[in-house]
Amino acid sequence: MKIDSRFQARPKGNISLSIDGEIVFAHKGDTVATALLADSGNASRKTNKNSPRTPFCMMGVCFDCLVEINGSPNEQSCMIQVEEGMVVKRPKGLRNYEQK
Amino acid sequence: MSDKNAEFIIVGAGVVGLSIALGLLQKGHQVTILDGGDSDLSASKGNFGLIWLQAKGSHFAPYAKWTHKAVKKWPDFAKSLEELTQINLALEQTGGYEFFTDSNEFKAFQADLKQQQIHLGKKSSYEILTGDDLRKRYAGIGDKVVGATFCPLDGHVNPLKLFSALHSAVLTLGGKIFSNNKVKNITPLQGGGFKLLALNGNRFYSDRVILAAGLGTNSLAKQLDFVTQVRPQRGELLITEKIAERLPFVSSTIRQVNEGGIQIGGTSEEAGLDDSESLNVMVNLAQHAVSVYPQLSNVRVNRAWGALRILSPDGYPVYAQSHQYPGAYLVTCHSGITLASLHCSLLAEWIIDASNQSTLEAFSENRFSISSAA
Amino acid sequence: MIDAELIIIGAGPAGMAAATTAANEGATVLLFDEQPQAGGQIYRNVKNQSNRLDNKNYFGKDYLSGKKHVDALEHENIKIEYGATVWRIEDGRHVVWSKNGISKISSAKHILLATGAQERPVPFPGWTLPGVMTAGAAQILMKTSGLLPRDAILAGSGPLLYLIAVQMIDAGAPPKALVETQTFKKTLSAAKHLPNALFAANTLFKGLGFLRKIKEAKIKVAKIKRYTACSGFRAEESVDGSIEFSFDYRNVNHKIKTPLLLTHQGIVPSTHLSRASGISHRWNETQKAFQPITDLWGQSETPTIHVAGDGASIGGAETAQAAGRLTALNIVHHLGHLNKDERDKKAKADRSLFNRALSIRPLLDNLYAPLPEFLSPPNETIVCRCEEVTASEIRQSIAEGAAGHRQVKTSLRNGMGPCQGRMCDLTVRGILIDSGINPDAPRARTPIKPIKLGEIANLKIPPE
Ligand SMILES: Cc1cc2nc3c(=O)[nH]c(=O)nc-3n(C[C@H](O)[C@H](O)[C@H](O)COP(=O)(O)OP(=O)(O)OC[C@H]3O[C@@H](n4cnc5c(N)ncnc54)[C@H](O)[C@@H]3O)c2cc1C
Ligand code: FES
Repeated sequence: MKIDSRFQARPKGNISLSIDGEIVFAHKGDTVATALLADSGNASRKTNKNSPRTPFCMMGVCFDCLVEINGSPNEQSCMIQVEEGMVVKRPKGLRNYEQK
Repeated sequence: MSDKNAEFIIVGAGVVGLSIALGLLQKGHQVTILDGGDSDLSASKGNFGLIWLQAKGSHFAPYAKWTHKAVKKWPDFAKSLEELTQINLALEQTGGYEFFTDSNEFKAFQADLKQQQIHLGKKSSYEILTGDDLRKRYAGIGDKVVGATFCPLDGHVNPLKLFSALHSAVLTLGGKIFSNNKVKNITPLQGGGFKLLALNGNRFYSDRVILAAGLGTNSLAKQLDFVTQVRPQRGELLITEKIAERLPFVSSTIRQVNEGGIQIGGTSEEAGLDDSESLNVMVNLAQHAVSVYPQLSNVRVNRAWGALRILSPDGYPVYAQSHQYPGAYLVTCHSGITLASLHCSLLAEWIIDASNQSTLEAFSENRFSISSAA
Repeated sequence: MIDAELIIIGAGPAGMAAATTAANEGATVLLFDEQPQAGGQIYRNVKNQSNRLDNKNYFGKDYLSGKKHVDALEHENIKIEYGATVWRIEDGRHVVWSKNGISKISSAKHILLATGAQERPVPFPGWTLPGVMTAGAAQILMKTSGLLPRDAILAGSGPLLYLIAVQMIDAGAPPKALVETQTFKKTLSAAKHLPNALFAANTLFKGLGFLRKIKEAKIKVAKIKRYTACSGFRAEESVDGSIEFSFDYRNVNHKIKTPLLLTHQGIVPSTHLSRASGISHRWNETQKAFQPITDLWGQSETPTIHVAGDGASIGGAETAQAAGRLTALNIVHHLGHLNKDERDKKAKADRSLFNRALSIRPLLDNLYAPLPEFLSPPNETIVCRCEEVTASEIRQSIAEGAAGHRQVKTSLRNGMGPCQGRMCDLTVRGILIDSGINPDAPRARTPIKPIKLGEIANLKIPPE
């Protein structure tokens, strides 16, 4: 079930990225964590013990915002700005080796 | 206070001290362990967790045999410790590799293995693999690997879980552990027994005393008339983020902890008592890992650290009773994880009654006194 | 070979002020920041405000004033690397930094750490749930992306909490409730520091102004409920994904539903890099945090390593700027650009500003001291978010003899995940203190942030 974002809706942005296969629009200057939070109120990752998490500190301290970006797992999404065509995946549990 | 009077006092609550304590407690003896503070040097909290036979004691037969025995005894030891504490040690003893990227080192190591084999006879075997053999076995091995050796008895354990389990087993069996009681002085008493004075002013009394104080051994050893002096040797390690997929092998330099992180290590440097991590070693370790298993290149290092190994003058264990003060023992070794299975059994029995274990004579201090006289 | 006379890590108020001061005195400066632009936490994204889509200023004059500090960095003596994470300091003269997946080493005669602060962790049962964030995180979302909270609750204490409350009100995203943990009694006990605080009247009135504005808004909007002296925080997930936030107020347990719970209990120095650099730290009991030990000029016992700003001691932006300039003056003096008398003369105004600003701290620190339940939280609380270790497990390990940070870590692995203890060290300390143990600052190892093995393998170490 997709939960509504916990933030107020913004005008539609013009940078498109894919989050778990769904096309999402973000704004220039957004970090990937921002785009995730703006998109939905759901967990952006599940820990090794299957507990749901979302970005927590937005300043690079907590590492709760880790997601897969363009095939690279455990990227700190609050420190990375969105780019056109980015492919983002919300991880469930531990990462694997990168498939190249 | 009866807490302060014990049959045995062990100085040092590292893996070595705790293993001996467990052995003594299991034989019905009463044991108190005194340990230092949280920031004192401790190899037990920084090691690699290998249970390793390959090339150990190539040049000293008693050590080759002792290590072989320890490795064989590990499965039973782990089982009983796990039953006692309900802590999973994550023992994996399905054989281990040494990887080589330098053909001269590869050759030299093969010679050591051959020498060890002479001491052990039919009891042990090993394999020599070329780089291509190895790549057939594991597709992910890098091109720079020129060869490897394999010993089927080698393996690893989660060293922090082992440490916790020993700690908890000692407490369960009624042993007492006092941390923040770093021992400053040990005085032999007239008519037998010892008085121990801690830095914080506490006094303790015991019938017998065992030094297992790691790098804190030297000054206490002198007080009890031992000649052994130990020295530090730094080892550095890297630990990565956790990976769900299992690394298909265990090696002496790259292993995956059961929780998922990959440890990379195997260096040794003379750095005095400095246990910092150094940049050039971090780079070397990273290069080694990436050349052995290129997939690791995209895995992040969470942290590097240094830890100090405890080396006796010749690098082999010392198990000694003081000639001057009977009832005082000194125990030190480098591979406290591998030898834990014997420290809690044969070594403890020897301490209880030396006539139990004549094989341990080879590890007495006599070897140092003779060489210094010569 | 050196890349600059001075390397500064952190382009917040302290680092920016230090960079311009040093550059104006003739020193060459290399400035690093992890963020894509200068500004630090307070002036985050100030340079690009015109790009922000809602294009309104609800952050106040103070915030916009940051732009001139950012502009001043355009100086021929200053070189800047943004998006660059410094992950190690070597021998007090080299920094190892990572940018775009490549690590490099840069060298200087002096290094200034201006790494600022992080929010103090506010652990309570449920603080890891989606929908619970720090108030500072919400402010960053507003500043960088104009993303505004919806029906949020602000909970906790500290000047920043009120500041964010006001900014949310002004942005048209007022919190539906303000759940404060401090009491009126505390305000009174803090008042004993007033004589000192009067010297810092400027800052003080600003603080009081915020409080007044909140009250006004409460009357006007009438929708912001305010609870004071609250405790017993707990968050649970409800079926629709929102947070059921419960707390005790006047001996009654209250429960409010919200999509977003924003917590805050003040900020603490970010000491990961300073601890990893090997300089000594001490516990500051009024600020309830570890801080590096330096002299009045911010110079540490390693004479080439200096610390300024919130990373040295929490004092706010103005104090950080003064500290940055003072530290820079001392460094350029050591570099030979200024003699001692010139340094002291130029330092005069900042020295008194610094002292004045610091004099208000005891008041604020007392007024907004963290609640004991956040220093040593209830048993079921997850303390280490990375490794999911609870307070009860930590208490258990202490009961079994763990005598400090390292022994607790050894048995539980808390602090060994990617954040390396940033979110749990202070709580573990609180629990140790609660158990009668006064631990040393936990050790920080490098890399202070996770770095890929391949990147470390490719690092070129230049010959000395
Ligand atoms: C990098 C590294 C990798 C290693 N890898 C392996 C491996 O793979 N396999 C293996 O088998 N072994 C390995 N080891 C070795 C193993 O960790 C040690 O053998 C073992 O920890 C030693 O235990 P110890 O009790 O002698 O010393 P320590 O663990 O150092 O414990 C000594 C204790 O004594 C206390 N102490 C010291 N002085 C006093 C005093 N005066 N009074 C009271 N207390 C005192 C200290 O506080 C400390 O707790 C490794 C070691 C290192 C450094
Ligand atoms: S949200 Fe905390 S590190 Fe990204």
